[in-house]
Parts: sequence; structure tokens; C-alpha cells
Amino acid sequence: MTMDADDESLLEDLLAGKHRALARTISKIENRSPGYRDLVSELYAHTGDADVIGITGSPGAGKSTLVDKLAETYRDRGETVGVIAIDPSSPFTGGAVLGDRIRMASTVGDMDVFVRSMSARGTLGGLSTATADAVKAMDAFGKDKIIIETVGAGQNEIDIVRTADTVAVLVPPGSGDDIQTLKAGILEIADVFVVNKADRDGADRTVQELRDMVQLGDESGAAGGGGHHSQEVIDAHDDWDGETDADGDEAEDWTPPIVETVATKGTGVETFIDELANHRAYLVESGTRAEKVRQRYAEEIRTLLREDVHALLEDELDASGGINGLADAVRRGETDPYSIANDVLAPVEACVENLETEPDEDGSSRE
Amino acid sequence: MSSEQEAESIRCLVAKVGLDGHDRGAHVVARAFRDAGFEVIYSGLHKSPEEIVQAAVQEDVDVLGISILSGAHDTLVPKIMDGLEEYGAKDDTLVLAGGVIPDEDREGLKDAGVAAIFGPGTSIEETIEFVRENAPQR
Repeated sequence: MTMDADDESLLEDLLAGKHRALARTISKIENRSPGYRDLVSELYAHTGDADVIGITGSPGAGKSTLVDKLAETYRDRGETVGVIAIDPSSPFTGGAVLGDRIRMASTVGDMDVFVRSMSARGTLGGLSTATADAVKAMDAFGKDKIIIETVGAGQNEIDIVRTADTVAVLVPPGSGDDIQTLKAGILEIADVFVVNKADRDGADRTVQELRDMVQLGDESGAAGGGGHHSQEVIDAHDDWDGETDADGDEAEDWTPPIVETVATKGTGVETFIDELANHRAYLVESGTRAEKVRQRYAEEIRTLLREDVHALLEDELDASGGINGLADAVRRGETDPYSIANDVLAPVEACVENLETEPDEDGSSRE
Repeated sequence: MSSEQEAESIRCLVAKVGLDGHDRGAHVVARAFRDAGFEVIYSGLHKSPEEIVQAAVQEDVDVLGISILSGAHDTLVPKIMDGLEEYGAKDDTLVLAGGVIPDEDREGLKDAGVAAIFGPGTSIEETIEFVRENAPQR
């Protein structure tokens, strides 16, 4: 791909470690500025060295504070850190107040911690569409650890799985009863559980409930078949702490550890970092990392194609008289959304059918 | 919907610098900017000029709004401007100052590179309008 001269020098500056170039690159990515795709495409050759850690959990769980302490500890160990902190944007004005930076107080004045606040810009799932590309920019810049902090919206905030190598889910004490831990969504995606604010009442119970849940998962998932263990049997395993693997043949599986932290005081952060490192080692040794990376790129390709098709459709919509006119026609009872979708797509479908014999040249060559 | 998401958003850093614990005004401005559709990063209280510069550079903001009610603007603002210059960010960042700044100090701040000063009584619409019109095109 080709870049213009400005982007060329931007890339050069970024690779040379100039902070402003990294900042500017991320802005280009966020704004979908002309040429950003070529730029990101060039970044890929320089990526792959960073550990990407995702931190998610409900609002007020202590994500920003924990990220701050993580960054500080990594810096003490001599590693460079990039942080991407995402906050929600207003569905009405698109505006946002990005406040995560305030908590990142331990590392101010240290430019080797690069903190970037992003607005979700209307996307659900806890990440901005630009997040994955911003991670690439930080990776190419040479950051050792990249920490992504999600919006903290709630139970379905699972996009982070597709972007991070290791996902930590923060569960503050008193997050509901044990039924909450049975639900699908955010608790399923954890590679490491963090019970933050562990000095508060109810922390022990939350740890216990998570432990029970992890054990249930082991029973039904890893043991194969499942179902034949009743709750009594599981309860009888009092000595089972969820980390020892009873069956030797399950060495391939990762059991999410549960770490207790008090982020405001820095308690438990070292243990947390050790568990993150353990998970990283597991990913590499088990070959899961390769699988994850493959899935991630597959998803990126899909997303890009979806964006392109979306843009095509916008053009088609304009050609059919614009979305407002069409919507008005539905309102007047003249037609319905399904018919309109068919009509708008018809010329595109016709084109695709004509092309179908030609091979797809761009889809699989990236990996 | 998505075409709106792809549109460029004005990014602002609302900064409190130095020993000044009055942030009501900064909160009001941050909220109003949000409602105007801007992306606002709030620095938090008691930041040093270096911290403000770091945030402004890393966040690549179009607009830096500095709120000072402590009277130390003649010391702190030039430090911030020098810091921005060091990272090559001075020329294309719109720097605004707000708070209690006497008339006789305004010329000096403008010479240092502050684009506009909004004192007590400024309407929020005026500030937003100024940002919309003067935010750097990059």
C-alpha cells in the first residue's frame, strides 16, 4: 500500500519513538482520517511484541486505579507501558467526558507510560472500533505492555476478548448473589478474576462464589460429559481450591485464578501481575496464543470488510433517495423496511453475482 | 449513525493547574463541552505544568483549557506553553485560559500563546462558539 509523504514521516517518527507521532497516529485512527488504513497497514510489520492486557468490570469497580498501579509496577520492573482507557460517549451529542486519566496519578511525569483516553464513539461492547488499531500503534511504538481499560458498561462487555491476550475481570464485593455468576457474558471471558476492594465487607463471600463458579465450569466443561456431578459432590470437595488440577490430563486447560487486591493501596498487585504472566506463559506453551491471534486477525478482516460494505451501502442508500426519505415512506405506510432493504441491496447483489467467479485475493494473505 | 461516528470530534483537555482547589467552573465547562459534542478529558486537581503537557501531548487534544483561580497564571501558563513547544505541540493546540485573571495580565498571557481568556461572567455559549470556530484543522 502507498502512503503520502506526511504519513510516511509520521510513521518514521512513531517508529523512532516520538510521543507526538504516536498521539497523532492514534488520532488519525480514531477519526478514520484519509489514509489511516494505509498507515495501520504499515504498522503491522512492526507489531507482535507487546503483551495486551484487558481490564474490565462494572463502573466503579476500580479499573482505572488498578491500571494505574499495574502501570507503576511494570515501570518499576523496567518495562514500558501503554494504556488505552475507554469511557462512554453520549448517545445524543457524541460528546464525552473522559475521566480515567485522573486515576493514573502514580506515573505522571513518566512519558514511558503513554495514557490515551478514548471515547467509545457510540459502539457497544466496551471498546471503540479504533481500539484494536490503536493497540497496533502502541505495539509498533515499542511498548512492552499495553493495558486496555474498557468502558465498564456491564454484563455484555465482551469485545475485549477479541483484542487482548489476557483478560482480567474485576468483581467488587457485593456484586450480587451466586446466580449472577451463572450468567453468560462478562464472567465467562475472564482469564484472571480480580476481587478488588478486598478490604471491604463481603469480599470473602465474593471470592467464594467465584471459586464455586470456576469449579462448576471445570466440572461441566473440562471433565467432559458433565452433568453427573451434583452440587453435593462439588460441595464435598472442600479442599479443592480451584487451582490444583486433580486430573493430569487437563494440563491443557486454564483455570482462572482469583486474585484479591486493594488497588488504592497497591495490595495484591504483585500477585496479580504474576498471574497475568502465568497466563501469558500458558498461552504460549499450550499453543492457545497462536489460535487467539488467528481468530483476532480473522475478526479484524471481517470488521474491515463489514466497514467497506457498509460504506458501499451508504452510497446505495443515497442513490435510492436517502435514508430519511425511505423512512418517511415507511411512516406513511407505503412500504416497509424489509422491502426497502431488498430494493437497496438488489443492485449490489447483482454486481456480486457477476463477480462471483473471480477469486478473493485479499482475504487470507494477511496472516 | 456510523457516518456520525466517523466524523472528527473536537478533543479538549480541561486542566486545573497548581495549588488551586476550585474546580466547580472546570466541571461546568467540561459538562458543557460534552453536551456540545466535544470529547473532554478532565485533568483532575492540583496538576503540575509538566503533567498538563504530558496529558495534552499524549491525548493529542485540539484544545487545552486551563482553569486558574489561584493567581499563579503568570508562572504556570508559560511553563505549559514551553512544554508544548518542546513536543512540537504548541502551534496546533488552541490554548484557552479561564478563571480569575486580571486585565493587566492578559496581554502577557496572549503573548505567551494563549488564544483567548474567558473571565468570570463569560457565557458558556461564547466559549463553545469560540472553540468551534478556532479549533485547529489538522
